[in-house]
Amino acid sequence: MSSISELKNIAKHIRIDLLKSISEAGSGHTGGSLSSADIFTALYFNILNHKPDNPNWAERDKLILSIGHIAPVYYATLAHVGYFSIDELQTLRKLGSRLQGHPGKDHGLPGIELSAGSLGQGLSVAVGLALASKIDKKNNYIYCINGDGELQEGSIWEAAMSASHHKLDNLITFIDRNKLQIDGETENVMSLEPLADKWKAFGWEVFECNGHNIEEIINTVNTAKTIKNKPKLIIANTIMGKGVKSIENNHKWHGKAPSKTELEQFISEVY
Amino acid sequence: MKKYISTGNKDTRSGFGVGLLEAGKKNENVVAMCADLIGSLKMDAFVAEFPERFFQAGIAEANMTGVAAGMTIGGKIPFIGTFAAFATGRVYDQIRQSVAYSNKNVKIAASHAGLTLGEDGATHQILEDIGLMKMLPNMVVINPCDFNQTKAATIAVAEYEGPVYLRFGRPSVANFTPENQKFEIGKALMLNEGADVTIFATGHLVWEAIQAGEKLAEKGIDAEIINIHTIKPLDAKAILKSVKKTNCVVTAEEHMLNGGMGDSIAQLLSRNYPTPIEMIGVNDTFGESGTPAQLLEKYGLNAENIIKAVEKVIARK
Repeated sequence: MSSISELKNIAKHIRIDLLKSISEAGSGHTGGSLSSADIFTALYFNILNHKPDNPNWAERDKLILSIGHIAPVYYATLAHVGYFSIDELQTLRKLGSRLQGHPGKDHGLPGIELSAGSLGQGLSVAVGLALASKIDKKNNYIYCINGDGELQEGSIWEAAMSASHHKLDNLITFIDRNKLQIDGETENVMSLEPLADKWKAFGWEVFECNGHNIEEIINTVNTAKTIKNKPKLIIANTIMGKGVKSIENNHKWHGKAPSKTELEQFISEVY
Repeated sequence: MKKYISTGNKDTRSGFGVGLLEAGKKNENVVAMCADLIGSLKMDAFVAEFPERFFQAGIAEANMTGVAAGMTIGGKIPFIGTFAAFATGRVYDQIRQSVAYSNKNVKIAASHAGLTLGEDGATHQILEDIGLMKMLPNMVVINPCDFNQTKAATIAVAEYEGPVYLRFGRPSVANFTPENQKFEIGKALMLNEGADVTIFATGHLVWEAIQAGEKLAEKGIDAEIINIHTIKPLDAKAILKSVKKTNCVVTAEEHMLNGGMGDSIAQLLSRNYPTPIEMIGVNDTFGESGTPAQLLEKYGLNAENIIKAVEKVIARK
């Protein structure tokens, strides 16, 4: 198992590779990909029980990405952890690529459980996975990564209700709380706060953590696992564009790709 | 004209209920969900027999659809039941992305389709569902005609790997297909061989087509009648074989003309064997309250109108 300093270094390389792939594609979602990079690193390199060389291993922990637009960080992480070659990241969004603009289950990329892009659907799918594991008395965990803007979709709250109704303590959901969406701040577009109270009222055990502190992310998941009979939510406080100082907290970078010149500058900035 | 005898009126949704129970007994991976309509969908027997394999979704169809997609990743074969209007239109995006594009083994069990829902009126009488579902890649679309066939279809779709839209209805209708028939997805069923015209019918309109065929025989018209229980994939081979013999076609369905079975057949024929065609269906209008029989008559979806269409299309040959 990698040390925290090794994990930090992996996250740095994931950031660099996702930036390269988006720049090469000429389009893609930079801001959210960067804000989730530490969460993805913690999950795929420490928390998840999975086998990159056997993606369909039946006993694996399963991760559902609900916000398909952050595919670049998803792909860069899957490549770094060994599901496919890092070189393939350069095919992002190109004709015939397995790395579709938003993840497509049927394009043959290993490690992908679900197609995603249209928001608000992944949590329901994660609930279904958690139920299936309960039926089969499996001990695996189901993880879901949700965005914060996505919580404006009503279907999320249908899923939230059902997860606690079924007491799905094998379900752990992350919210990448970067507080920004395409049209600006979430609290201006359609306010989400008091976010933790809403989830608590829906019957979830709620945790908060610094979504850029890998050690804290791992510790929070370990604590969450000790809670029985309810689903768990981790509000991971993050910064859109994290890791590239010049674009941090700027919602204009939600769906913008770096030019070749910007790419060089951003890579030099990555920390 | 081959004689068909109804063993008594039964609702197709009860055929689904019996089929679901049997599918559940055959395979322990079969699970079911329902959005607060267990009684209407006739899922009671499954719920009683397999309480640990049934999940009440509440009035939350979008979540139910996504949960079902997730269960398939866990190796389950989920049937999700609600009214056709809510099973399709309300959750089209979930079906499109999490089921069809993700190619998940979800079985959408849609009851109360079409005008024969009756008195509840247009909000619930969906007439666009076949079109919505057949446009989705990976989706199989099935619309059986009676109790026995719906039961057989339910068992068959549980054994098929991939997303399926299974459409059935509320009213009691003639039950005339064989008990314990084997249901072959994608295979058109020849009900009567004839030479003068081919009537392609689906769902509740199959029985009306048979009634029409008997009256046409009395008039000396020899109608070939084919049950298209699977609208997608369409049995192109059987359809073309019949039409090359009869050279004119009537289609009959309890659905909008736009996007229905007739629309699929017209497309097939216009590309491969252009033929005069008349289509029985609802013509770009919503339904309304009334008894099923009143509505079928008002909107022209009965044997009498099939006969008129046959006479018209033969004259066009």
